[in-house]
Amino acid sequence: MEHLLQEITVFVLAIFVGYYVIWSVTPALHSPLMSVTNAISSVIIVGALIAVGPVLFGISKIMGFIAVVLAAVNIFGGFIVTQRMLQMFKKKKK
Amino acid sequence: MENYSIFAYLISGIFFILALRGLSSPETAKRGNFFGILGMIIAIVTTLLLPVIESYVFIALAILIGGTIGTSIALKIKMAALPQLIAAFHSLVGLAAVMVAGAAFHNPSAYGIGQTGNIPTASLIEMSLGSAIGAVTFSGSIIAFGKLQGIMSGNPITFKLQHFLNAVLGIILISVVVLFCLHQTQNFFWGLTILAFIIGFLIIIPIGAADMPVVVSMLNSYSGWAACGIGFTLSNNLLIVTGALVGSSGAILSYIMCKGMNRSFVSVILGGFGGDVEIRSDEKIEQKPVKSGDSNDAAFMMQNAESVIIIPGYGMAVAQAQHALKEMCDLLKKKGVNVRYAVHPVAGRMPGHMNVLLAEANVPYDEVFELDAINRDFPSTDVAFVVGANDITNPAAKTDPKSPIYGMPILEVENAKSVLFSKRSLGPGYAGVENELFFRDNTMMLFGDAKEMCENIINSLGK
Repeated sequence: MEHLLQEITVFVLAIFVGYYVIWSVTPALHSPLMSVTNAISSVIIVGALIAVGPVLFGISKIMGFIAVVLAAVNIFGGFIVTQRMLQMFKKKKK
Repeated sequence: MENYSIFAYLISGIFFILALRGLSSPETAKRGNFFGILGMIIAIVTTLLLPVIESYVFIALAILIGGTIGTSIALKIKMAALPQLIAAFHSLVGLAAVMVAGAAFHNPSAYGIGQTGNIPTASLIEMSLGSAIGAVTFSGSIIAFGKLQGIMSGNPITFKLQHFLNAVLGIILISVVVLFCLHQTQNFFWGLTILAFIIGFLIIIPIGAADMPVVVSMLNSYSGWAACGIGFTLSNNLLIVTGALVGSSGAILSYIMCKGMNRSFVSVILGGFGGDVEIRSDEKIEQKPVKSGDSNDAAFMMQNAESVIIIPGYGMAVAQAQHALKEMCDLLKKKGVNVRYAVHPVAGRMPGHMNVLLAEANVPYDEVFELDAINRDFPSTDVAFVVGANDITNPAAKTDPKSPIYGMPILEVENAKSVLFSKRSLGPGYAGVENELFFRDNTMMLFGDAKEMCENIINSLGK
């Protein structure tokens, strides 16, 4: 129970951080915001790796394997697409 | 070892916050993306060093497969297909969350949450949440992808008792979650996941294509909450923090999009509003006199103007007119015309869609203005050139309380000295409302494909 309360504390504080950070994002960059949040939400790869890690072969390992593949698609895809978008945003040449 | 990993995850979380913070300006954004990548590398390496990871073969293989697919898609994708790509990516996060929840259920000891058949109730609830939100994200995003890609019709699909059915399914879902917590069987786990999958499908089909900016943001938010659910299941603070960041990001974007349309979030979710653009020939419209012109007229008007504001909309994206448009504006600028761009928050199919397309065409971002920043400049503007947009310029939003778009903030092009509309037809916009601007004296309609129109104007300007 203590554990859960601690997690809820972290959760609520993170929402507040998110709230203030996201409102400061310039509307021009809302598309890159979506692709970068997509990439970082694939941090659930952390949970997937733990499932693939054990030597023992089983249904958990198969599911973990699929999850790692999916999350990896997102991580690579998300960061690269974000980078491609951001590279296009240029200032006026003076 | 344990403490060291908690610390490393904290660093990784900080990098993710910095990644989002970087997006506050285009100048710092690239560095922000780099921080994001760094945070991800730290998170993955830290996990790989945990004692629970005993074999690396399958991990390496999975990352190799996923990484190759992700990289090649991201490098090849055309910017025009960005909204559907993002929807597709969201669906993958959702499915990954389902898989991780399933893996945790089948091998709880690896995650330190008890033994098979004896998992603490709190963990079971968290697992159900992670899996259910993940499944909703997955199927919802697939439908959004289908609508954006054009595989499915963009029209809302509605039927009788739709909301009642969703409510019943929601209640059944909650009961299955309760049963799962009591009995811990595999059947209940998959039962709740499949139910959530069906619910995700049903809640997105009634939402029309024009509301996609809200839907894509909402699914963005869901993918974050799914990660959060997994974070609670695994008691991993990094996942909780990241999920909360992404979840609030998507929620705020949804809010901004709803505000841009003056619609409540609930009304968007209930759906049934706005579909694909159709070329309708309404007799009532055709009877009214309309001034239409060709590229020569448009070129003449714009090169004799002191200032021009370009208003792009989804039609520009469809016609892929941004490059021709930019070329046209460059010619005008050479002739001494002050050219700026005005972007409405809900123009296009996702937040910031127009900004990305203009950036793709090399339009400098400091020539692109948000609604609040440019609206006061319309009265002193000679020509407002609207490319493939309609509802976002409709003055009925301010004057007609009966209009479905009443209260929506608009780009006040009606205040400009003259207005040019590049449009395929006189058809109403997504909201199904006629735009009275089309019939005004100082408006000239330029019928035809937006890209061809811009190219023709370029030719006329060159003469």
